Amino acid sequence: MKNMLVVTSGIVAMILSTATIAGPREDLLAQYAAAAKASGFSAARGQALHTQSFSGGKPDTPSCTTCHGKDTRGAGRALTGKTIEPVAVSVAPTRYTDPAKVEKWFKRNCTEVLGRECTPQEKGDWLTFVIGQ
Amino acid sequence: MRIPYRPLAIGLVTLAFSALVLARAQAGDRHFFAPVTDPVVKEECGSCHLAFAPSMLPARSWQRMMGELDKHFGDNASLDPATAEKITSYLVANAGDAGGQRYSSKLLKGVASGATPQRITELPKWVSEHRKVPDWEWRHKEVRTKANCIACHTAAEQGYYEE
Repeated sequence: MKNMLVVTSGIVAMILSTATIAGPREDLLAQYAAAAKASGFSAARGQALHTQSFSGGKPDTPSCTTCHGKDTRGAGRALTGKTIEPVAVSVAPTRYTDPAKVEKWFKRNCTEVLGRECTPQEKGDWLTFVIGQ
Repeated sequence: MRIPYRPLAIGLVTLAFSALVLARAQAGDRHFFAPVTDPVVKEECGSCHLAFAPSMLPARSWQRMMGELDKHFGDNASLDPATAEKITSYLVANAGDAGGQRYSSKLLKGVASGATPQRITELPKWVSEHRKVPDWEWRHKEVRTKANCIACHTAAEQGYYEE
């Protein structure tokens, strides 16, 4: 009887948590996880990617922080002088809710900074990092 | 008493720069170039830079630009064909030579009939209009590039480019 209760409450908790967390961002993460065949994403790896300097891309944009700034909760600035909305979800709650837009900018920015497209693993790590910021 | 020279100096420089920009902004008439109103064009052409007014270039310039998006001033700004086509029609319909654009004929003066200028900042009229802006002002950290209209023309997003 006690076991039954534990199992039932476990199922209820699972349904509840799925209901509260499922959104476009979580769908994207699930998609990247499937593509990467990854067991999980790491915010720390995402942060490392965000701050790392690369030499494969364009020389004037060696890292994500070149334009997005070092503070994830502060506005960034493109080389054109235009302000960029902060990357942290805590201060920019509407970010990463349009999957096509997320993919478009991963493609464009990874090509500029890394000189190649980002892998699903890198995308998942980075998204996990900024969701937690 | 210790005088905080550094913050004071920074404050003074900022004030001087603002006054200079304000003085420029207040002079002259209100040059109006209708801003982009289409939400797709605004999003796609206005993420990295100001969504430049379509009336600032002739239709043939926009057509060429939209055909070379993979080499867009050093960036690959490619779009899917459907979006690109939609944006091209908007830019062409509202281009500087599309008619009914009051200030465009002035801005496009001196552009050869077959030429397809890509940089607004290289139009002869643009160059002569900005000839008095000193080099240090272009290099100011709030300006950085000549394409950053809004740094001095504070109402550029609304379409006003006063002197």
